[in-house]
Amino acid sequence: MAYKSLEDICNIAKQENIPFWEVIRGDDCRERQVSPEESFAMMEQMYLAMEKADQKYRGDQKSHSGMAGGDGKLLEEYVKQGKNLSGPFIGQVMQRAVKMAESNACMRRIVAAPTAGSCGVLPAVLLSYESQYDCPRQKIIEALFVAAGIGQIIAERASIAGASGGCQAEIGSASAMAAGALTYLLGGKEPEICSAVAISLKGLLGLTCDPIGGLVEVPCVKRNVIGAVNAVTTADMVTAGIQSVIPADEVIDAMGEIGREMPKRYRETSEGGLAVTPTALKIASELSEKE
Amino acid sequence: MNIFDIVGPVMVGPSSSHTAGAVKIGYVSRKLLGENIREVHILLYGSFLATGRGHGTDRAIVAGLLGMLPDDDRVPYSMEEAEKQNMKVTFGEAVLKEAHPNTAVLQMKGESGRELEVVAASLGGGRIKICMIDGLDANFTAEHPTLIVHNQDQPGHVAEVTSMLSHKAINIATMQLYRDGRGGNAVMILECDKEIPEEAIKWLKHLEGVNKVTYYSMEEA
Repeated sequence: MAYKSLEDICNIAKQENIPFWEVIRGDDCRERQVSPEESFAMMEQMYLAMEKADQKYRGDQKSHSGMAGGDGKLLEEYVKQGKNLSGPFIGQVMQRAVKMAESNACMRRIVAAPTAGSCGVLPAVLLSYESQYDCPRQKIIEALFVAAGIGQIIAERASIAGASGGCQAEIGSASAMAAGALTYLLGGKEPEICSAVAISLKGLLGLTCDPIGGLVEVPCVKRNVIGAVNAVTTADMVTAGIQSVIPADEVIDAMGEIGREMPKRYRETSEGGLAVTPTALKIASELSEKE
Repeated sequence: MNIFDIVGPVMVGPSSSHTAGAVKIGYVSRKLLGENIREVHILLYGSFLATGRGHGTDRAIVAGLLGMLPDDDRVPYSMEEAEKQNMKVTFGEAVLKEAHPNTAVLQMKGESGRELEVVAASLGGGRIKICMIDGLDANFTAEHPTLIVHNQDQPGHVAEVTSMLSHKAINIATMQLYRDGRGGNAVMILECDKEIPEEAIKWLKHLEGVNKVTYYSMEEA
């Protein structure tokens, strides 16, 4: 990897006079020894897989535990009536985020972005933006490169695994990736993309990973909505001209520190927080009896 | 990390470690056995044992043993598929000392009667490590073509293997040696930068003092 920070990426973009996404693609070409066209085509494959997973959602599917499934359909029907307070775009984003995360819990095919548990965030905002704002496919794939570059930096400087950094490392990272991608689609350049990463991630710092029964279901499925909606509102804030006081790389480092210091019981062990509430313990013991 | 480890992989949910990694453990183990499996006893350990059912770890490992990859949407139905293909599957609890929390022990018997025991761990993000083969230490990630040679601990076997690779112009990426005691059973594990031809593997199998040769090819089965 030719860069270790978002600042590095911005500097390369400036020196070579290319946009953010091309810096990321150029690095992929060098790392994997592929042509720019091959790299682009591979990213397009990832987007097609997201699109297909969204289309193949089934409202009647239930996870093995029975805790996840059906909520995407409820949201879809509600949003269809046009009464939802958050408006048509957020309505689409919410339902797509829940659907993808439910499909994941039900052992359907998804695209980890950056993880399986946070797989709903990025497709929810990109698929909704493409369909509602008539955005060309080419731009969407470019935005995916932006997202991937942001994820690389977070993985390099902090973590993208709940077991090492809590949920901030999964939903937080996914949200930062989606916020940067959306900001690019709204016409943002390097400084705006970095501000979007900083603001979206700051909003989710400290988020714990304490899932019920150790499963990627509760609270993970609905938390994908938070990550996706946070990305949308952040992109709007940044496009309005709002900047982050703390630079993005410093926010990422803070997230890394918080993750390292976070007690183990909040890092995917299901030994604390939501996972040990009376209701969660009851569900967990019923599940282990079922096995 | 590669960008397609960030946006990707395409996989069957719900967990990259408990599902995608588990499929890969099965897939790699089947390739190490080198033939279709008749019978397999799968022992789960740690978090695999505790939350494996809910994550589909059991079905994921069986899917891999049938030759499926982590993005195969037949993964959830692998038990039915195993029955159809007459692969007998049983499960148990593994008792291990100081193992990675996501570990599985696979005791396989192939259609020709060949047997192999693999201990493997899922490290996160769909990446895995093969920890032991037939009770001897191994330590490789199955991200390179890998040669595993079990031999008597006596002088010359390392030279035989490395000369063969040199002759075939195959570069060695990493190399490890283990033994259970002086003059006892030894194992060498070589991760290579390109595939080793089949006749070279066959040649190794016939050498005196070589007990078993296992090869992991990156080419799809």
